[in-house]
Amino acid sequence: MSNGQNNTASGGKTRQRTLTFHILRYNPQDPDSKPRMQSYQVEEAEGMTLFLALSEIREHQDPTLQYDFVCRAGICGSCSMVINGRPGLACRTLTQDLETDVTLAPLPVFELIGDLSVNTGKWMRGMSERLETWVHTKEEEVNLSKAESRMDPELAEQIYELDRCVECGSCVAACGTAQMRQDFVGAVGMNKIARFKLDPRDVRTDDDFYEVVGDDSGVFGCMSLLGCHDVCPKELPLQTQIAFLRRKMATIGC
Amino acid sequence: MSSETLIIQAGLSERSRKSRLPARLDLLQSLSGLFLALFMWGHMFFVASILLGKDAMWTITKFFEGYHFFGKAYPWLVSVVVAVVIAVFVVHAMLAVRKFPINYRQFRVFRAHAKSMRHGDTTLWMWQVYSGFAMFFLASAHLYQMLVWPQDIGPFGSGGRMWVDGLWPFYLVLLLLVEFHGSIGLYRLAVKWCWPNCSREFLKKLKWGITAFFLVLGLATLGAYMKIGYDYQENYKNGERYTPTWAQQAEESAK
Ligand code: HEM
Ligand code: SF4
Ligand code: FES
Repeated sequence: MSNGQNNTASGGKTRQRTLTFHILRYNPQDPDSKPRMQSYQVEEAEGMTLFLALSEIREHQDPTLQYDFVCRAGICGSCSMVINGRPGLACRTLTQDLETDVTLAPLPVFELIGDLSVNTGKWMRGMSERLETWVHTKEEEVNLSKAESRMDPELAEQIYELDRCVECGSCVAACGTAQMRQDFVGAVGMNKIARFKLDPRDVRTDDDFYEVVGDDSGVFGCMSLLGCHDVCPKELPLQTQIAFLRRKMATIGC
Repeated sequence: MSSETLIIQAGLSERSRKSRLPARLDLLQSLSGLFLALFMWGHMFFVASILLGKDAMWTITKFFEGYHFFGKAYPWLVSVVVAVVIAVFVVHAMLAVRKFPINYRQFRVFRAHAKSMRHGDTTLWMWQVYSGFAMFFLASAHLYQMLVWPQDIGPFGSGGRMWVDGLWPFYLVLLLLVEFHGSIGLYRLAVKWCWPNCSREFLKKLKWGITAFFLVLGLATLGAYMKIGYDYQENYKNGERYTPTWAQQAEESAK
């Protein structure tokens, strides 16, 4: 990588690089639009992220460029895109870790809004509704004045670990199965099931979970290519979670 | 007609209790792959006995023909084993083919995805699909031959097949396919079911080690059969079967 030699952080004695961004552009709203690559040059600044570089392009070169950002801190998950061929969060990617030529493309699988902007929200909602990713309680009246039931801190920690998912969609875009089969739930979905399986407040049994992931668009569709695990910006233990879920669901079926 | 049939036909199966079949098929796919991969390990050691000499290979062959149990060789016993392998092979192929890209759109998008991701496990899977597809044909041909003419297995028969019948390129390709497909498959089983916490770096090294070991052994074995096929081409053409050294000596001393 080029950092270290070219970009010494200390003393501001950095040799400035000119970055060239090759961006896949397409506007589905415009019937005349055809997918094409467009290049932009940006002077690299210290500590520059892809988010900053894209803002630079939009402000000074091309106001029509579409891309998504909210938090700029790797929390909201909206800025995921395909960076040099692999999905990742633009706001968490430092340009100093990249070569001077960078290609950017929208995430596959999700509905394209335009250029680098995709509608992950719609997909995620569909997945959540299908897998019912909420705590299922017994049908008793919710009593808000009653104290919440206690939870073992270790278990809470485990649940929290899986709850760190920001629904950025990188895992789905990195999944070979999801590219071929549109109805596949992806690692994000399986991770959610693993999370609710852990939760003692959720009354669902393994049989109930089988109802939502026990088929080829669920856990048995997974071919263990594990692109998901390798790109997840939150470094969630997807490999382990999927394997455990697969084992559990296979036992239900036997 | 059963109500289940009607419910499925009406497209309402999603509304009833989920079938347990996908779980069983997933397990069966893996178990059939495991069986085949382990069988291929054993198979490699048996055929590699030729590296220890013609007598060793002859002994192994006769062992599978029941000679050491019944005092007489029954080649059809080999056919029975082959039939079992064929059954597992067909089951495995039938289940694994579900995962293939089934049209040009799927194939093209997967290939572009693998190319763009530059991701080892994804690329390995593509090779598993290619090698699996090729084995539909090549492995079937080999299995059929073993099923129907088990009596031809032996130092002269197998060597002659390689050299005189010119089948060595066929076996070379089959060797490469099986070794790559089998070891990638075992690696996949490890991450899929067995050691989900284990580092894939490590498992992949192990996998390449296994591939290299069996490839070297396989190539040496293939070479050995080719040499025997060349040295004893007349014997093969005359339909002669190999006689082990001790029997040759016994014959000579009898004379
Ligand atoms: C017609 C022949 C064959 C075809 C079409 C085929 C195809 C495939 C495919 C596509 C996969 C990947 C499945 C997935 O990703 O879920 C696979 C897995 C596997 N194959 Fe084969 N294969 C064949 C023969 C063999 C043979 C001869 C062996 C033994 C050396 C073998 C061993 C394995 C193993 C161990 C796996 C992993 C099983 C799993 O992931 O569930 N296969 N096969
Ligand atoms: S599991 Fe990781 S990659 Fe997938 S949506 Fe959640 S944070 Fe993103
Ligand atoms: S902008 Fe929120 S994660 Fe990048």
